[in-house]
Amino acid sequence: MSGVIASVLRPSRRVRLRRLVTEAAAVMLGILLLIWSVAPIYNMLLIALDPEEGEVEFSGNIWPPEPSLESFRVVLMQDARYLEHFWRQLGNSVYIGLMTMVLTVLVASLASFAVSRMPLKHGSLLANASLLTYTIPASFLIVPLYRIVHAYGLFNDPWAVIAVQVAFAAPFGILILRQYARLIPVELDDAARVDGASSIQVYWRVHLPLTAPALGAIAIYALVLAWNDYLYQFVLLSSEKHMTLAVMQAQLFDDADPPWNAMMAAAVIYSLPPVAMFLALRRRISAALTIRGSGG
Amino acid sequence: MSGARQVLAGQWHPPGYRHVHGPDLMLAIAFVAPYAALFVAFVLYPTGYALRMGSKLSLYTDLITDPHYLPSVLNTALFVGVGVNVKMFLALLVSGFFMRPRWWIRALLVVYVLPWTLPAIQAAISFRWMLSGDESGLVNRLLSLLLGIEGPIWFNHWGLALGSNIVFYVWKWMPFWTVIFLAGRMAIPRDVSDAATVDGATGVSRFVHVTFPLLANLYLVCTLLSIAWTMGEFTTVYFVSGGAPVWSTDVLTTLGFRYAFDAANPSLAVAAVMSVLPVLVPVMVVLLRRLETRTLQL
Repeated sequence: MSGVIASVLRPSRRVRLRRLVTEAAAVMLGILLLIWSVAPIYNMLLIALDPEEGEVEFSGNIWPPEPSLESFRVVLMQDARYLEHFWRQLGNSVYIGLMTMVLTVLVASLASFAVSRMPLKHGSLLANASLLTYTIPASFLIVPLYRIVHAYGLFNDPWAVIAVQVAFAAPFGILILRQYARLIPVELDDAARVDGASSIQVYWRVHLPLTAPALGAIAIYALVLAWNDYLYQFVLLSSEKHMTLAVMQAQLFDDADPPWNAMMAAAVIYSLPPVAMFLALRRRISAALTIRGSGG
Repeated sequence: MSGARQVLAGQWHPPGYRHVHGPDLMLAIAFVAPYAALFVAFVLYPTGYALRMGSKLSLYTDLITDPHYLPSVLNTALFVGVGVNVKMFLALLVSGFFMRPRWWIRALLVVYVLPWTLPAIQAAISFRWMLSGDESGLVNRLLSLLLGIEGPIWFNHWGLALGSNIVFYVWKWMPFWTVIFLAGRMAIPRDVSDAATVDGATGVSRFVHVTFPLLANLYLVCTLLSIAWTMGEFTTVYFVSGGAPVWSTDVLTTLGFRYAFDAANPSLAVAAVMSVLPVLVPVMVVLLRRLETRTLQL
């Protein structure tokens, strides 16, 4: 009798073999995904780590022959063509990125609170209308926006780019927040109100902390959106003073012989902020995801 | 405990659902006002402006007769049709892989998400260089080292150049949707998947009969949203193939950009992108219906 139970509990050879095969397949898939994900990043570093211009990318090395941080030094000292204003351009990108991020989180969170927690008569209609934004992608509106921004007197002003980015990032934020807010019991709001909290306090003390993980996700989304942008920064900001790093790097395409390694080093540096932010907020977001997973 | 399931089923409203009056109404309006102002000034007005600019019928006869227009329509259809579907389906499968409780898979997820956080232009430049030249790019170099074959000149051939755009696009955006699907999978109540396991559902049958039906609505909504976003994708095409060979891989967004800023014909540019509306409007209608009738589980 106990022998029967033991043989049921002990995985048979076939089951063990099957587990082994599954595990091996998972490892293979993992390696494949790793190569797929890092290949262009590796190529970036390969060129950036090459001290001499044009060595790697034209001789076909798959490993930098003499890896060096020289090109990073060149970038940081603003010591190469195109890179004379590296720090200012990076500053411009950071300004637009941060403002887009903060304002998207704020605007989306205020709107979704009003719509989902202080139900306006046509609140959900309003929130759905915001999604109509995506009927016409942002890039389709570049020509009218170019003219309208002139009419607003915002041409060549970073705030024009920020406003456009927020307007196009907020609907996604509102969508996520509305879904997320449904998981937070309204009883919490009511309890706070019974204790004498005003709606502003309910928003600030209850709603904001409890939606923090979703806000983190939206913050990253907005930052990445602004960080990825080229079109609006190129069209709406024409002066040297407001030029962003993305626009500067795109000039590579008009040049037959740009300083490749320095440009790639600049690209690596430009890539760091959103990556760092993602790594910093990862815990928060995944915590949010697991909470929702266990709530069944 | 049952709340989450009601949310999943979409039958849930906050208890005490009510309308607001008085000072709270003013406050609610104040809370919505910043977004509403942005929406009107930077979305609604430009859209109306675009519709007016693109309303002249003669523009569309100009478009049809332009030799670059119809190929761009085809390119857009291929780029969006193939790109979005491949990306979404792979993201759904890969999100299952990332559900496995292993430390190294969790670590891999961080690396896997990197392409999404990487700036598009810089990544596109790097990707372009990987494919560049006859033997100088990383890809062709590896092809000749590992397989001993001579790689093609990727951007001299319409199909290869379009394919390169799609591959880069999938690389850049698959992680984002994988994370969304991962969250969706995690929202499936543990007892449902446990019950399926007890019933002996494994691998493919579990995916087909348990996971996919539960994620189907999310999958559809995400695909529709992604179609709308991808129609407007500019950076990939502009920086990976750059339209090469000679404007032949342009999609409508990049073609519109060339009309407006290279050919100084902004009205034609607006007409070119507006001609996608007959496809985009139904997509958005279905998307909004879906969101209205069912709760999207993230």
